[in-house]
Amino acid sequence: MRSWWWKILGIIMCLYVVVAGFLMPVPRLDILNETIRNLYFHVPMWFTMIVLYTAAFYYSIKYLRTGDLRDDIRAVQFTNTGIMFNILGYVTGMEWAKFTWGAAWVPDPKLLGAAMSMLIYFAYSILRSGLKDDEKKAKIGAVYNVFAYALMIPLLLILPRMVDSLHPGNGGNPAFAKYDLDSDMRMVFYPAVIGWNLLGAWIATLKIRLELVRYRQENKSAFGFDFENK
Amino acid sequence: MAKRTLTTIFLLLITAIAANAQPEMADKLRADGKIYVVVMVLATIFAGIFTYLVILDRKISKLEKEGK
Repeated sequence: MRSWWWKILGIIMCLYVVVAGFLMPVPRLDILNETIRNLYFHVPMWFTMIVLYTAAFYYSIKYLRTGDLRDDIRAVQFTNTGIMFNILGYVTGMEWAKFTWGAAWVPDPKLLGAAMSMLIYFAYSILRSGLKDDEKKAKIGAVYNVFAYALMIPLLLILPRMVDSLHPGNGGNPAFAKYDLDSDMRMVFYPAVIGWNLLGAWIATLKIRLELVRYRQENKSAFGFDFENK
Repeated sequence: MAKRTLTTIFLLLITAIAANAQPEMADKLRADGKIYVVVMVLATIFAGIFTYLVILDRKISKLEKEGK
């Protein structure tokens, strides 16, 4: 049994968000109406994705420094879980946009940046599956991951802020933080971000632990002894 | 002239009323108490997903112990 406290915290936060997210008062705004509650679910997807991609970035650099294949496993699984949250964020964004901006896909710089960074991370998986040799796969994958991260940050966080965008907080658009996100919403939004991040980290660590067990068993059977076991 | 002033006042009044109107929210759903049904369904789904994750976590812990 590993440390469970943060998993339990994640469960409590997410359940709180589901209950409070629908029952707490929200500001009455035109166009958005009740869909403003999507903020508790759509935005944390992206935050979680960025945190998971950051972890993958960290382990990619660590792999390049140490050459330990277990760090490569961590980088891959963090990226995979990040891609899942990326897709969830994109699809929920399209659903939300359909009913507030009028179309599932509008030519918005933030959407373009998100689409590009999503494709860049898809290419990471494709690139890896195209390489046979494990060492080569890990090394090229790690270098590519660093490159992908270095593109994702400006595409999602910097470039959309330099031009006009429909998204709040970009261009001339006011952020939720200015006046829309009142103290009632903060009470739910911050736990939502923490809860979803913990949930994402939990899913990622489950996959990592499974892959590490598999890695250890493969090495055991190949060499007859368990040299990775400390 | 008086007619035009009256029209202007009338238009101003209408604009003021329109500006004061609240955006439409799902107040009826809340008044009915049906929102609790939605919350219950979602809480059930989340509880199910979390139970599943806990079971997975324990299974992987067992695998890790066996491998050692």
